[in-house]
Order: sequence, then structure tokens, then C-alpha cells
Amino acid sequence: MKEIKVTPEVVKKLGILPEEFEKIKGILGREPNFTELSIYSVMWSEHCSYKNSIYWLKTLPREGKHLLVGAGEENAGLVDIGDGIACCFKIESHNHPCALEPYQGAATGVGGINRDIFTMGARPIAQLNSLRFGDINLDKTKWLLKGVVKGIGDYGNAFGVPVVGGEVFFDDCYNTNPLVNAMSVGIVKKGNTCSATSEGVGNPVFIVGSSTGKDGIHGATFASEDITEKSSEKIPAVQVGDPFQEKLLLEASLEVIKTGALVGMQDMGAAGITCSTSEMSAKGKHGMKIYLDRVPLRQQDMEPFEILLSESQERMLVVVHKGREKEVIDVFEKWDLNCVEIGEVTADGMLEYYMNGELVAHVPAETLVLGGGAPVYQRETKEPAYIKEISKYNIDNIPEPQNYIDIAKYLITNLNISSKRWVIEQYDTMVGTKNMSTNIPSDAGVVNVKGTNKALVLSTDCNSRYVYADPQKGTEIAVAEAARNIVCSGGEPSAITNCLNFGNPYNPEVFWQFTGAIKGMGNACRKFDTPVTGGNVSFYNQSSNNNVVEPVYPTPVIGMLGILEDKNLQMSLDFKNEGDIIYLIGKSENDISMSEYLYNYLKVKYSPAPHFDLEFEYAVQDIIKKIIRKKLIKSAHDVSEGGLFITLFESAICRGFGFKITTDKSIRKDAFLFGESQSRVVVSVSPDNKKEFEEILNKSKIPFGQIGEITKGNMFIDDIDFGTSSYQNIFYQNALAEIMN
Amino acid sequence: MKFGVVIFPGSNCDHDMIYVLKNIMGQEVVKLWHKDRDLQNCDFIVLPGGFSFGDYLRSGAIARFSPIMEEVIAFANKGGYLMGICNGFQILCEAGLVEGALLHNNNQKFICKNIYMKAQTNNTLVTSLIDKSKALKIPIAHGEGRFYASEDVIKKLNDEDRVLFRYCNKEGDVIDIANPNGSIENIAGICNKRRNVFGMMPHPERASDEVLSNTDGKIIFESILNLVNA
Repeated sequence: MKEIKVTPEVVKKLGILPEEFEKIKGILGREPNFTELSIYSVMWSEHCSYKNSIYWLKTLPREGKHLLVGAGEENAGLVDIGDGIACCFKIESHNHPCALEPYQGAATGVGGINRDIFTMGARPIAQLNSLRFGDINLDKTKWLLKGVVKGIGDYGNAFGVPVVGGEVFFDDCYNTNPLVNAMSVGIVKKGNTCSATSEGVGNPVFIVGSSTGKDGIHGATFASEDITEKSSEKIPAVQVGDPFQEKLLLEASLEVIKTGALVGMQDMGAAGITCSTSEMSAKGKHGMKIYLDRVPLRQQDMEPFEILLSESQERMLVVVHKGREKEVIDVFEKWDLNCVEIGEVTADGMLEYYMNGELVAHVPAETLVLGGGAPVYQRETKEPAYIKEISKYNIDNIPEPQNYIDIAKYLITNLNISSKRWVIEQYDTMVGTKNMSTNIPSDAGVVNVKGTNKALVLSTDCNSRYVYADPQKGTEIAVAEAARNIVCSGGEPSAITNCLNFGNPYNPEVFWQFTGAIKGMGNACRKFDTPVTGGNVSFYNQSSNNNVVEPVYPTPVIGMLGILEDKNLQMSLDFKNEGDIIYLIGKSENDISMSEYLYNYLKVKYSPAPHFDLEFEYAVQDIIKKIIRKKLIKSAHDVSEGGLFITLFESAICRGFGFKITTDKSIRKDAFLFGESQSRVVVSVSPDNKKEFEEILNKSKIPFGQIGEITKGNMFIDDIDFGTSSYQNIFYQNALAEIMN
Repeated sequence: MKFGVVIFPGSNCDHDMIYVLKNIMGQEVVKLWHKDRDLQNCDFIVLPGGFSFGDYLRSGAIARFSPIMEEVIAFANKGGYLMGICNGFQILCEAGLVEGALLHNNNQKFICKNIYMKAQTNNTLVTSLIDKSKALKIPIAHGEGRFYASEDVIKKLNDEDRVLFRYCNKEGDVIDIANPNGSIENIAGICNKRRNVFGMMPHPERASDEVLSNTDGKIIFESILNLVNA
């Protein structure tokens, strides 16, 4: 075994800054060898250490009386939902692997996020996927979309967790670098959870699950670099997934936790054995001796650093109470999985890795991890040049259109608005028989918690164009929209997880976007009392168009958990009966900023974020909750991409209704119909409830107006006939399929 | 009745089936682990949906060799009631307990959605109570669900009244456009000659709980229970 010599070139290649190399030497009191340097390289990578973001993440609200673990303390957030049940949830990105190998990249993303949930003892019961791609007319985009969707489907379908929601969004800024964010949600009986910790000198350490191969080595480091033309040379850094192994690991893990024989357990994701041994040791303030030659290998001749860094999937590190090894081994044997003792817990906080009797690396665990010795940086910020372009925008320079029917047709088939059926039908959305949204469409996914009167209400949201235009306000909107979707489905917002997809943090303009987004998220989460339970930061997302490098639009995806306390109060978005009155709650603004209409139809790329006021938004949501509890409305659907027209259209098509609407003459008609100003909800009310409904609204002082009624005929706005909803629905349903097939 | 639900390591609709049989239909249900050989005196055995052994090779191709399957096959050959849903149907085909095969969907994609299907006969236990004129809304979720068999076999299935269900539209018309996966003659489920082994791709257990707002599948379980009620 001949080890690679540590030279300045090697240090650079491993992504370690010169000052970081000095710091490592200071910690060890000597030069690190190559294996040790590799360990620091992955553990201090952006992906594992959050070194450029943690300072700002700590400013987010992370406290709440219903939180059972704090943000970043465990693999995922844990929220008390009552009835002795806790909900465990988290969102994570797998952008870089998907850019190179969409199928495996997406598949292992799904695998990784689900492991984060069941390593804590929770059974995953729902998934959401937040996906962003470039121009669909590019062959490459089609290839990426096909691969990502198939990867998510093949992995999740076999693993057996339904997809209950998510987003698919297209913009040229994602041409090279798609965003693939996967969220998993699990439930667990309170008290049956497992912690990612290690303690008790002499307790044995086991590796369980799949064998270790050369896949994914330096994956975490790779995820912390810009995507370039040369990135495809790094394909070995992408892991390969096996959902069948994951299913076995799930069942075995939940079973083994019940034995009570475990001290702790952590899944192996980024940086494999290195990350799990160091994080568990640091958390439990102990050390470990690990014998790498005992690790079951998938291929021969693996170097120590390869075994340490391998990101082979479907593996866990398990620390067992000494004397109870057999109980653990029996469970894994039942599920035909490896379960091999590879080391033991030690007292001194040092990680000692041995290979064939030789000590190959010797480092203090604490110095590797976030919150311990990992570096923390504050990066420079600078207002981007494009903000000046945005400030020049004035709606009065945009002529009012005449062709409303053409615009409506355009929006119905616009891929950011049209049905995502082509994607969704490739996912198993019903396994588990808990998805209450299959037959009852609503703004958020509603998931039955069997044995209780409760349901989980879940949404992922982010309009990155709004964030681009105004990071702070745009991110406030992302949180608000997630909350609004939950409220319109009958739920109460509870907590969030976030996936922060940004460009290169060393670019001050990118970091300006990042800090603005964090400020906005903090404001909104404090207002909605939805603490941040954790999540993931993905920097270095950028596209290279005609040799110009552009970061993707800042995309802080919000994954929100809500609780529906009474299943009888589930709210849906579809119009139910002819003659019901249609109301718009909220205020229409003379605003078309950053709307699909302005951005994609009129091709005006620079405009501010749409009108939004956080206090007003909260008040609107409050009144929606009230009228749902009083059973005064038959449908609720928020106004989002595409504006009021699309909201009405989506409510009408479910059962083939039409509507007659009168526009508000005090503002431009295009703003009324296609503008995306926030804090608006369309509800339908039976004439019998009109009086009580209006009384409550009047009392609330929230602006609202009767804008029309549900009909069995065509869609009429003022006197313009937009055709039947069922005919237009054909185009809405098939827009994406037609491009993809 | 006592039901046994076989659990292969990659089964993922086993819990759903047990939930419906136990919590909704109020029956006794036992889990039958694939490595065991004891059928525990069950009256009715179910092979649930999922990906039995990962199904990387061909769905159900490995599951049929499980220790429990030897006993299940013997049970069926003696006339015991056996039903396979989705992956369970694929396993029945691989084990030769029903004719035909389930090929990749004709669009080469996994498909999960509500479809409509119509019972074709009342002359089997599982369809005994179903109104043959009614289109039932039932979910499908499979990548390999395209029923295929030789012309001779199809003729025999028709002649012997062994087609349980065909895909149809909402109005109940059995037409091409209502066929989600390219199955021959829109066939969604069949039984064996002895009429004690039933296979179907759609998932009735996903359409039996009121909280999901669709209980069209419940009639299949009610039909089965009619055996003891009758």
C-alpha cells in the first residue's frame, strides 16, 4: 500500500484552502497524511460543514414548543403532532449528481432523504419533490427531466413511499444545473426515536446494509464546486442506488430500534464512514477505533481513504450496547443484510482508523464537524448589477393587451402552470393508503395519520423569480405561499425545513441574495410561528450559457409541515355546485410584476417581486382558517402562478364547471386576471351561507368581493367567452406530455 | 374468515392490505413471512403488491421460489383461495398458477392513477357481488402490467368465463383509449380454471377506506366475505 504524498497541488485538488491546511496542521500538530487530508477535505467541504452558511442559518427561528429536537441536532427535524405521535421531516438537494447522471442522481437523492428519516426511527409515509429544469426545448433538458423523474419513481415506488406533492418549474437559468430537492416525511411514536450519537467506552460499532464500493468517493467535495463543462469527468463521484436494499434497511432499522439494544444510529450519506463516525462521536463526546479491513467491500483493492470516503448507498453505522450484539445481528440476518462489527467506542474523542493493523488516520472527531472545529466564514455581499435594471421597471410602459383569449390559452399550456400529470403519474402517489388528496384535490398534500383524527398537510414552495427580483421579499413569499397552501387545505402551519439552492458563495452578488433570503425566511417564519427544523444548503449551482457563467436564480425551497386537526375539515380546491357564489378574498393590485404573463408571454425579464405584505398575508390566512372551521366555504384555492384566471380555471376543470366573472374596473384587466400579487384566495360559497360568510368577512376588515358565480356553461369574464373548461382542460392536461412523448 | 398476507422482503402494499382486511373488513389476518412454511390454517391467502425481491430481473421471477410459495402453491393446487394483486399477480403468473404474463406497459413507464374497470363475471368468489354494468374507480400502480397471453389462451379465458375485470372508461365502455397499459383485450384480472386463484393488476385495497373518498374497491372484499355469509 503506497500512500499519495501530500503536496500543495494535492491540497488544492482536494478543495482545501491554504489557510484551512494551516489550521489542520495546527490541530494535528503535524502534517496530515493523505488519508487524513481526505477526511478534512470532505468534512470541511461546504456540503458537510456549512462553513459559508452556518453563521446566517443560526439567525433563523429554530425554537418552538412543539419541536422535539433542535435544528441540526439530529438527521432531521422532529415535531410533536399530538396523540403521542411525532413527525420527522426534512428536504435535501441532489442537484450536482443529477446534472451529470439524472437517473442515479435523483434515485440516490430519494434514498438519502428517506434514510435521514428512518435512521431516527420514523417510518416515511410521504414524499415531495421540488424540481427545476431549464428550457424544455433543449434535448438536454428533456433528457434530464426524463432521467430525474424515472430515478425518483423507480426508487420511491419500489421503496414504497407515496409522492404527495411538490413542484416542477422551468426557467432558462437552470439549463446546465437542474435543481432536484427531495423531501421525506415520517411518523414515529414519541419515545421510540433513535439518536445519532455514540457513547459508552467499549461499546461495539457495526456497519450494516450494503457493501462498500468505490462509488461516490469525494461526492461531498464535488457537490461543493461549480458545475463546469469538465464536471462529467467526475461521474465516479455519483452514487448508485438500490431501492430494494433500502427497503430491507428500513424494515430492519425500525425493528432493531425496538429492541432497545442501540446506543445510536446514523445513516451514511455524504462522506460515508468518515462523516457518520465523526458526527456520532462528536455528538456523544467520545472517540472510536475503526478497523477498515473489516468493512464488507463490493470490490477489491480499495485504499483506506476510499473506504472512508465511499458514498455507497443503503448503509448505516450502528453503536450497540455491549452484550446485546446478538439481538442486533439477528434482526439484520432476518432481512439478509450485512451486519459487521468494525470497531468500538473509545474515551478520548479521537478517531483512529486502522487498516490491516496499521493506524492510517488519527484525528480528533470534534475538529471535523459543524459546530466543532469546522471553519465558519462570513462572506462578502454586494448588490447585484441587475437590481438596477429591475428598478427601471414601470407597469405604465407595458401596453394593455387586447387578446385576452390568446393570453389565457398561452398560460393554460405554459409548463409552469399546466398539469404536471406526465411527471406525477410516474410516481406511486397512493401506496400506504394515506394520501387523502388523490380524490380530493387541494393546494397542499393531505396525508392521513391512521388511528387518529389528524392528517399531515404538506407543501413545498418557491418562486425563484420573485427571489431573484427581491431575495428578502421573495423568500417571505415562498414561506407565505407554503403556509397559504396548507391553510387552504384545512391545515395549520407547524414548522418548515428548507433547501437553499444558490450559486457560488464566494461571489458577493450571490451571497447578497443568500443573506437577503435568510432575512426574509426568518421574518416570515417568525410571523407564521413555523420554526426551521433543518434542511440543506446547496451552493455552486450555476449555468454556463455561451461561455457566460450565471448562477441559477436563488431558490430557497420551503418544505412546510401543517396539521389538519380534524379530518372532516379537509378543504379542497374544486368548484362543487352550479350557482355557488365565487368570492375573491384579499385585494387585487394593479400589479403584473414577475408574473408568468409578464416574464414568459411578454418576455419582460426584469421586474420587481409581486406585491406582498406579510402582516396582511397573515390576516388573510387567519380568516380562511376561520371560515373553513365554520364550514362556510365549499372550495378554496390560492392565487399563484398565472394569476386569478388560472385559479378559477383550475377550480372549474375538476368537475367540468364554467363561471361568470366580472373584473374590477379600478385596475388594469391584465393585472386583475393574470397578475400575481400575493395574499389572495378564491373561495366558493353556497347562496345559503352568503349572509353569514359576508358578515364574518366584513367584521374581519379583510377586503373581499363577490366576483361571480359557478355555472354549467362556458367560462365568461365580463362578456368575453373563454370556452368550456373541459375543452381547455385537454390542453392543460397534455401540454407537458406532448413535448415529452 | 382468516386471511394470510404473504410478506416478501420488498412487499410494500402488505400493510395496506392488512389494514383493509383487519380494520375495515374486521377479519382475522396473519402475516406470512417469505422464509416460513406454515400457512397457519388460513382460509384465504393474499400475495400483496410491491417489489418482492427488488424485481430487477423480471417482476415476481424470484419470489415464486420462496419457501412460503411452495406451500402457497400446494394450497392453491388443493383448491385453497389465493389472490395476487399487482406484484402478487405477477408472481402468480411466474409460478404458473394463472396463465399469461405481465409485460412492460406499452408506454415503457410506471403508471400510477385511478382507472375504471368493469367486472366481467359473477361466477367467481371475488366478483360474486359486483354489478357487472358498473365502472369501478380503482387505482393502478405498476411498470409491468400489460397482460399478455397467446391467442389460444385468450380464447380459453373468454370461453371459460375466466376474465375477472377489463379496463373501461368512466361510462363503462371497454375501449382502447381506456386501456392504461396495452393489455390484450383490456384484461385487468383473471382467474385459473378451478376458479380459486385470482390475479389482478388494479389495487382494490387502495379504494376501500372512506377517508380516501373512494370505496369502489370494497365490493371485492365484500364478495370474498360472502363466502362465509352465504
